[in-house]
Amino acid sequence: MIIDLTQMQPNQSGILHKIHGGTGFMGRLQSMGIRPGKRISKVSSHFWRGPQTVEIDNLQIAIGYGMAKKIFVEVSK
Amino acid sequence: MKLNKILLMGNPNVGKSAIFSRLTGAKVSISNYPGTTVEFTQGCMKVGEERPMIIDVPGTYNLNPTCKAEEVAIRMLKDGDLVINVVDATNLERNLFLTLQLLEKKMPVVIALNMWDEVKHKGIHIDINELEKKLGVPVVYTCGLTGEGIKRMIERVKEAKVQPTQMSSDIQKWEKIGEIITDVQRLTHHHHTLLEKLEDLSIKPLSGLPIALAIVYIAFWIIRFLGENLIGYVFEPLFEKLWLPLMMKTSVFLGRSGILHNILIGNLVDGAIDFGQSFGLLTTGLFVPVAMVLPYIFSFYLVLGLLEDFGYLPRLAVLVDNFMHHLGLHGYAIIPFILGLGCNVPGALATRILEERREKFIAATLMALAVPCMAQIAMIIGLVGQRGAQYVFIIFSTLFIVFIIKGLILNKILKGISPEILVEIPPYRIPQPQAVIKKLGMRLSAFLKEALPLVLLGVLLVNILYSLKIMEFFVNIFSPILTGLWGIPKEAIFALIIGFFRKDVAVGMLGPLNLTSKQLVIGSTVLAIYFPCIATYVVLLRELGVMDMIKATMIMLFVALIVGTGLNLIL
Repeated sequence: MIIDLTQMQPNQSGILHKIHGGTGFMGRLQSMGIRPGKRISKVSSHFWRGPQTVEIDNLQIAIGYGMAKKIFVEVSK
Repeated sequence: MKLNKILLMGNPNVGKSAIFSRLTGAKVSISNYPGTTVEFTQGCMKVGEERPMIIDVPGTYNLNPTCKAEEVAIRMLKDGDLVINVVDATNLERNLFLTLQLLEKKMPVVIALNMWDEVKHKGIHIDINELEKKLGVPVVYTCGLTGEGIKRMIERVKEAKVQPTQMSSDIQKWEKIGEIITDVQRLTHHHHTLLEKLEDLSIKPLSGLPIALAIVYIAFWIIRFLGENLIGYVFEPLFEKLWLPLMMKTSVFLGRSGILHNILIGNLVDGAIDFGQSFGLLTTGLFVPVAMVLPYIFSFYLVLGLLEDFGYLPRLAVLVDNFMHHLGLHGYAIIPFILGLGCNVPGALATRILEERREKFIAATLMALAVPCMAQIAMIIGLVGQRGAQYVFIIFSTLFIVFIIKGLILNKILKGISPEILVEIPPYRIPQPQAVIKKLGMRLSAFLKEALPLVLLGVLLVNILYSLKIMEFFVNIFSPILTGLWGIPKEAIFALIIGFFRKDVAVGMLGPLNLTSKQLVIGSTVLAIYFPCIATYVVLLRELGVMDMIKATMIMLFVALIVGTGLNLIL
């Protein structure tokens, strides 16, 4: 099942499927290690469309809600 | 090949500055959050017989800049002869992207696999020889904080040479990185440590918000406790018991009056020296910066240093992100504000970590307007606090309300949207005592070197201003605003003028005016709002440009006018 990052539950993990957006945005995410094929797990999401924190490799990254909406993850049901 | 310029480059928060400091012995600020270095710092190092210049470049994820700090990094690349690419060994994969980009730029590269001490307990194994073979450049493991491996890195600088590489697309680069990682890195399972559990707790909203409130509360409690007690038990007694008798003798020696007496000792209050009110260079001029401000600077930077090195600030940034969006900023803008509480100058520089011009403008003006520096805070606590804590509270809550309202309004009227937060959150690290002490020492000596002369100059100016006839003209011109609108004596204009130089001296000047508590509150608040000190102004001018700075100045004067009048009506 493919869902976007904001729909993931805390502690849920999956494989990053696709990123929607311009090359600048993709480039920025990629160079931080956020790119398709990577295992990504959700750490927390903040209230009222707040930032989403994820863990990728060994690193936690905070991503704004709007950006997180454009990041799609394949999770097992 | 002759080495003239060596660049230290790498992703944010991988420890470039720690290595720089090891290589040069230079004193630079090192913290545990991305974006500590926003300006390049240079120093000299020794490679064999040569003494090339080495530059600590702000961190960047790739060679396409997204903010001013990254632009600085990429511009530096053209002048460099060699790059020491500092790589976070615990995040090899992501860090190698910049490495490949650097190699394609035909730069000779040496790789420092930094944070080597953390690799083992994270269950990561890296085959350094294999990595060296794959990349074709020297790879050395290092630990910037302890200095491990630095010597070997310098020895191998000479081996670096330009690699024959072809240009490749981002996708090809990631494929290549994938191959490299499979061959050189092996991960084993490791148990979650206590610190890692704490990391999770402080980033989840339900537990994170109470933790944030507790940390901020405790931080300010410690700052006040340390500051107050240092003043009460150390600095005031020192001045009263040791310095006062000496000054009294000097006063008698100078004949208790005359120009020189007035400049050095100042006015006698009831026949005696009053460190708060005499306003001589050797009395108030030393007492204000050393006995009233320095203790607070000390305690603030001690606490800040611990929080920075522990890695808490980025977490706070995430927690306040939502709130900050209403002000047209994202959460990471809290970093310039926190630094600005110490001194607005580093705060203004730190606005470089923000991506958009609009954001920078909002952050910079908010800071200049409503974030008082620690010198000013210390004086307000010292002077206004004598009248009662509630008055201090009125001042700070007014500033906070101004901060929010102004942010809300600017967010509404300025075109554009505020970008979203995208920031990595470093792991917690236990602060190292030597590192904390070193950074504290740097900041204290910067205060003494930069602020003390300005304070003395300010006090000297006070004496000169009071004796100039032309000032009467000034006093009368502004009296409608001061007495009419704000309800404070027209002589307070002297404090506003001195406030351009130093806010602490300016607040101190309200002391001898015999103000009521209400007037003191209005005077201190207006002093905080109307204009940043000249040092901050110069930095802001450089960061924002002339046009934006004119706008910012208008906003500040306007808000000061409104708030001063408002307080006069309400209180």
